Formats: sequence, structure tokens, C-alpha cells
Amino acid sequence: MLQIDPWKRVLIWLTCAAGVWLALPNAFYTQVERHNDAAAAIEMSGATPELEQQLSGWPEWMPSALVNLGLDLRGGAHLLAEVQVADVYASRMQAMWPEIRDALRPERATVGTIRLQPSDPQEIRVKISQPEGMQRALEVVRELARPIQTLTGVGGTDIDVRGEGDTLIVTLSEAEKLASDDRTVRQSLEIIRRRIDEVGTREPTIQRQGTDRILIQVPGIGSATELKEIIGTTAQLTFNPVVSRGSDPEANPGVGNKIVPALDEQGVYYTLEAAPVVTGEELVDAQPAYDQNGRPAVNFRFNTSGARKFGDYTAENIGSPFAIVLDDEVISAPVIQSHIPGGSGIITGNFTVEESTNLAVLLRAGALPAGLEFLEERTIGPELGQDSIDAGKVATVIAFAGVLVFMALSYGLFGLFANVALILNIALIFGLLSLIGATLTLPGIAGIVLTVGMAVDANVLVFERIREELKTSRGPARAIELGYEKALSAILDANITTFITAVILFAMGSGPVRGFAITLGLGILTSVFTAIFVTRLMIVMWFERRRPKTIEV
Amino acid sequence: MRLKLVPQETSFDFFKHWRIWLGISALMVVVAFTSFLIQGLNYGIDFRGGTTIRTESTMPVEVAEYRTVLSELGLGDVIISEVFDPTFDEDQHVAMVRIQAQDDAESVTPETIAAVEEALKIAAPDIQFLSVESVGPKVSGELIQTAIIAVSLAIGAVLIYIWLRFEWQFALGAVAALVHDVILTIGIFSELQIKFDLAIIAALLTIVGYSLNDTVVVFDRVRENLRKYKKKPLAEVLNISINETLSRTIMTSVTTLLALISLFVLGGDVIRGFVFAMIWGVIVGTYSSVFVASTILLYLGVKRDWSKPDNTTGNQFANIDA
Repeated sequence: MLQIDPWKRVLIWLTCAAGVWLALPNAFYTQVERHNDAAAAIEMSGATPELEQQLSGWPEWMPSALVNLGLDLRGGAHLLAEVQVADVYASRMQAMWPEIRDALRPERATVGTIRLQPSDPQEIRVKISQPEGMQRALEVVRELARPIQTLTGVGGTDIDVRGEGDTLIVTLSEAEKLASDDRTVRQSLEIIRRRIDEVGTREPTIQRQGTDRILIQVPGIGSATELKEIIGTTAQLTFNPVVSRGSDPEANPGVGNKIVPALDEQGVYYTLEAAPVVTGEELVDAQPAYDQNGRPAVNFRFNTSGARKFGDYTAENIGSPFAIVLDDEVISAPVIQSHIPGGSGIITGNFTVEESTNLAVLLRAGALPAGLEFLEERTIGPELGQDSIDAGKVATVIAFAGVLVFMALSYGLFGLFANVALILNIALIFGLLSLIGATLTLPGIAGIVLTVGMAVDANVLVFERIREELKTSRGPARAIELGYEKALSAILDANITTFITAVILFAMGSGPVRGFAITLGLGILTSVFTAIFVTRLMIVMWFERRRPKTIEV
Repeated sequence: MRLKLVPQETSFDFFKHWRIWLGISALMVVVAFTSFLIQGLNYGIDFRGGTTIRTESTMPVEVAEYRTVLSELGLGDVIISEVFDPTFDEDQHVAMVRIQAQDDAESVTPETIAAVEEALKIAAPDIQFLSVESVGPKVSGELIQTAIIAVSLAIGAVLIYIWLRFEWQFALGAVAALVHDVILTIGIFSELQIKFDLAIIAALLTIVGYSLNDTVVVFDRVRENLRKYKKKPLAEVLNISINETLSRTIMTSVTTLLALISLFVLGGDVIRGFVFAMIWGVIVGTYSSVFVASTILLYLGVKRDWSKPDNTTGNQFANIDA
């Protein structure tokens, strides 16, 4: 009759217990948050007594994952920026010209004199005085093309070269444009992340959206305008001669020198000549690469004037260290191995592949590679968020209480079982939200309130069915069993259809709408679980103990 | 003693005047649609582009004065409305200022916000901006598109699911009810000129889910009863099914409404539009599962021979044990 295997009982109760356990930190939100912040701060910059005390505010063996509060609840700024990827094409083409000129010059006998023609900044037009030499000119310029790596692995090159009469036209290839767009957006993302991390706010969201957009959400910041200012500041990259290396930040650097900390090594300070040899403005490109020994390194390239300065300096200072400084921190201080004439060079060091990739990004990331256009911006003041939380709390509690009373009045003891299940349901939702690190938004609270209303539905379906079965069946045990059996298809069909809409909302929506979809979707899962398993288990356990001859639902 | 909203056994005849009910529903849909065509929706900035600023001051909001100081800035269309809410304090005066999208920029420039703040300080010196939200025309266009796709996808997915689990007549009835609910909701938003923004789309999709939930429960019982009463006329089977599930329908609607109404009254003005859409959706959705979905099922007729167990339409979930 009413049978549930012992192992299933254990599993059901364990699931509920796990839900409550994971949801628990949210009941002590400020305490746990302070604990988490302190833990993060200690990891970053070592412990202080004050931090230790905050850390001990919440026991270490307890779970400490919290539901993130969305911007609409916590206050902060939200920006959607579009990276103007095409900005990059023009500067890339400009940098190509000296190379083309140098390549064509030795061929003067066949192609004649060459002349740069005015053109669209995204292409280079070169006029040659002997059109019959065009074939050779094309060959020569095509040799300048670099192979690019694409996902498909098909060997493409970065430029397209074609001839039109006596004019040679060079443009970026479509594949290179795509690759360049991707690089541009990734660089922008990296720069924005660095800028915001420097300000040190809690849990910023910096995400790429689609091909050329970046979503930036920073809780706790005063306004979107402030955020724009932070992002807009350019990084300052310089190459400085190293005077000495030490560990004292207060040492007297001497006239014309300055002391700069190392980025990666704690407690290491470099004394540098204040006047840079070259600045990042003259850097054209930087790519992760490998040195001759196969160790990760970074290749970089200067523009013409940067190349000359860099060449002269390296010729005169072989064997001395040379610092690459970003925003007043020494990224690395390699020793100059040889004269570097062509304006390109390689930075070696104790890099992992990941570090060399990051360094390349950072080097390129001197300044934002392309302009940003802001498509959407939202500032929510912290007071408004707090008001919303307060209102949401009160509303949820009242809604909850109303439903509990209503269920108890309508179904008596069975209603109480359903109520226990409902409370467990809410705990499970919060537990799951914390577990997956989801963000709770204002519509998300509405989603929970709706779940409270609808979670009851599955129980109502069962109880109504049991009432019906009591009229016809032999005995209460049979009625309970049939009630669950027959209500099941309605429960599942009804919830699956709602779940479908939640999934679509999640896939199509953004921001607050997505927050709503998450709570609604999780709410459906947990309410089906509690109705089918938890309430049923409670009823079965009660029934086993009491063995009532008749029941009233 | 138990609280009983609906007597244990009911035998209302829901289909005696089915033509009238269907007529009323059709009429309401036409009215809603006409209102939508004539008045249009009061789109929020999510769909229209532009900027809204929520201000707070201890001084009463003088809409006319706000308008005067702002009109000097030449920002084009400016709408100012005062916000009232029972959760506000005595001296908490909140207003929403909406500025149309400016020609020269996608989102609002810091200079514009500073100028607006400067100007409003003349009208209310202690004014504060609680929130500033700005959406460029490019994004708002995409948001409309995404919203329409989302609602259509949801309806399409549901059509297919019900078709697989039941029969095509059921799917058509359910979807007719859904479209009915969605149009009526859009209609009331147009009629009352409540702000229609992204959150309302979420509400619409929830209504789709809820209305379906209701319809599916009734249909599930219809399917069961079609097997049980092989000889009874369809109208009678439908009536029995609706009466049998009536108690549950009312119970669930009441609990959901209980929760929603509490949120409507106490949840603050920011989500009031959203909650209103849901309350309306629950009411309309409950109505439509009986008077639209089932009536259309009656009109279309349905396969009567359910004796052969069919894997795609059968009750395959029923043998799960806990």
C-alpha cells in the first residue's frame, strides 16, 4: 500500500537538509558578507587584526555562499557599451605603409617609383610608375602578409592585395577583420576589467555580449557617469631604463629617477630613470609567442619613430635591464640581449603560457584600442534598492503567512504538511540560488512570491484528488495512494509547460528578466519535488504511526 | 470545520450559453486590440529609448514647475509624473522624469544629467536622483524584437508540447486561450496607459505559463473522463471535468492571488505594474481555461476512442512511485 523505501526516505530528508544548510547563510546576510569580504581581503593583502575579527564573525565550517543581490536591489551602475571595432582598421593600415615602402624600394627596376595615394583610411593605395611591373609588385607585397590562425585552421593571411591598373591596393582581409574585431573586444574587456579592479568594488560583472558589446555592472558605485570616467582613463605604458633593484619603497631614488613597485613580486621595488625611452603610444602590436628555447614570451612591435628610439637605445645598452612599466608598476624588467633594430622585439621571462598571453593583452591594452559607444546605462541609488528590499521582504512575509493560514484552514492537518513543505521549498530555492551563485533581482523576488502561490498548486491537486477518491475507494490508504497517482500527470504537465516558458525567458531575457526566470524555474523544480516527495513522505509517516480508520482532507 | 470556497460537488453547466461566452471573449479581444491600435502602449524607455530619472525630495512635487525649469534645456519631449505609494514616508515626494532619446547620443550624456539636476534644483533645492536609466534607440529596437520573439517562441513551444501530450484540438484550444490572455493583458495596459517595459514581458510570459497550467489541469481531467465515459456527449464530459477540477482551480487562483495582492499593495511602486499584469493574468487565465480553451475544444470536437493505450498521448508519468 503506502510504501516508500527507507533509502528514498533518507535521500529526501537529506536533500531537504542540504537545502536548508545552503540557504542558512542568507539568513545572516550582513554577517556572512563581512566574513566573505574579509576573507577576500586577507587573501589579497594579508591579515590584520580587524580583518581577522570580521572573518571570525561567521564560522569557517559553515557554507558561506550567498545569493548575490542584483543592481536593482543593491544599487550601482550598469553600462552596455559597443566597441567601435572599425576604429582599429585604419591604424593597422597606417602602420603597414612603411613596410610596403621598404619592400618595394629594392624592386625599383621593375616597378618604378612608388607613391602613396590619398584614400579611405581603411586601405592603402600605392601608385607605381611602371604598370607592367604590377605582377612583381603584387608578389612582393603579398610576401608581407602574415598567416593568421582561424578556428577552422585554414591558412588565410591578414591582408588582401590587388592591383587596379597602375595602383596597388592593400586592405585587411575579411578573416583578419574578424580576428581583429575579436582581439579589439577582448582587449577592451581586459582593460575595462583592470580599470574597475583597481577601484576595488565588490563583484563587478564585466561580460562580453554578442560580437562587439560589453556589459558592465558595478554594484555600489555612485553613478554610471562615475563608472564611465573610470573606464575612460587610459593606461600609461612606458619603457624605462633600470637604475637598480631593491626592496625599500622609501629609498632616495636620486635626481631624475623614481621608485616603482614590481607587479608580480611582492616587496620588490625598482629604481628607474623617470624619462621613458619609448611609450606605449608607439606600440603597434603585441602577441604571445615562444622564444628560441621554446619558452613562452611576448612579441611586440613599435611604429617607425618608436622603432628608431628603441633600436638606438638597445644598441647602446646590451646587457642592462630595461623595465616595462604599466601604470607605475613594473610588469617585467628583461635584460637586453642584443641590438633590436627593426622596431620589434621579444620579452622573455619566467612566464607560463597564460602569463605571456596576459602580458601581451596588457601591453596592447595600454589604452582602449577603440572608442566605446554607450548604448544603455542605468544608475540605481542604494536607497532605492534598500526600499525595494524592505518592501519585498514585507510583501513576501505577508504573502507567505496568508498562504499558510489559508492552506491550514482549507485542508487541516494535510494543509499543515503542505505548509512545512512550502517552507522547505523556499529554503531549497535559496539554497540552490546560493549554490549556483545566481543573482536575485526585484522581479526575482516576485518570482519567489509567485512560486509561493503556485507551489501550493501541486499539493492542492493531490489533496482535491484524495478527497474525490475517499468517496469511492476502500479505505484511506488506498485513497491517498490513488490521489497521488492520478494527480501526477496533471502536476507534471502543468509544471513542464510553465518550466518551458521559464527556460525561454532565461534564454531570451537579460538582466532583471533573467533573474525572474531563474527564480521561477528553480521554484518549479523545488515545488514539484516538495509536493511529490516531501509532502507525501510526511503523510506516509503520519499514516504509518497513526493508522487512522478514516481521514479528513 | 474546513474552509471551503467551493462546495464538494458542483454541477454548473458551463456550456449552456457557450456561444455567449465565446462572443464576450471575442468582443473583449476586439476591444483590447482596438485600444492597442488607437491608443498604443505607453512604452517605457526599454522599448522606446530615452532616459528616466527618479527623483526624491522632501518638498511636494510641483509638476508644472518642474516642467518649466526643464523646458529651458531644450531636451524635446519631457514627461513628468508624480509617484504615490503607501510605503512612502510623509515627506518623501517622488517623481519620474522621462526625457526622449537625444539625437546626438545613444545613451544620455553626463552633461545632460548634470544640466537636468541643476535645473531641478531650482524647483526643489534638496532634490536627489534615486535612479537614472537610459536606453539608446539601437538597443530598444532590439529589445522589442527579442520580446516579440520570446512570447511567440513560448506560445509555439507550448503548442507543440500539448500537441504531443494530448491531441491537436487540445493544443489549439490551449493556445487560443493563451493568445486571448496575452491580447487582453496588452489591451488593459493600453487602455489604462500603464508603463509597458521589459518586466511586463516577463509578466506576460508568466501569464502564458499560469494560464496554461490551469488549462492543462482541466484538459488532463477531460482526457481521463473521456476514457471513463465513452458514451456521454462531449459537452457533458467537459462539464463534469470542469466541475471536478473547479475546487482546485479556485483554490490555486486564490492562493496565487493572495500572494500577488500582498506584493501589489506592499511591494513598492517599482514593481507594481509588473504585479498588476500578473494579477490580471491570473484572473483572465482562470476564466479563459474554462470559457475559451474548453469551449473551443467543444467546438472542434475530439477523438472519442481512447481505449488503445498510446505512448505519445498516454499517461506515461503515472507509474512513477516515490
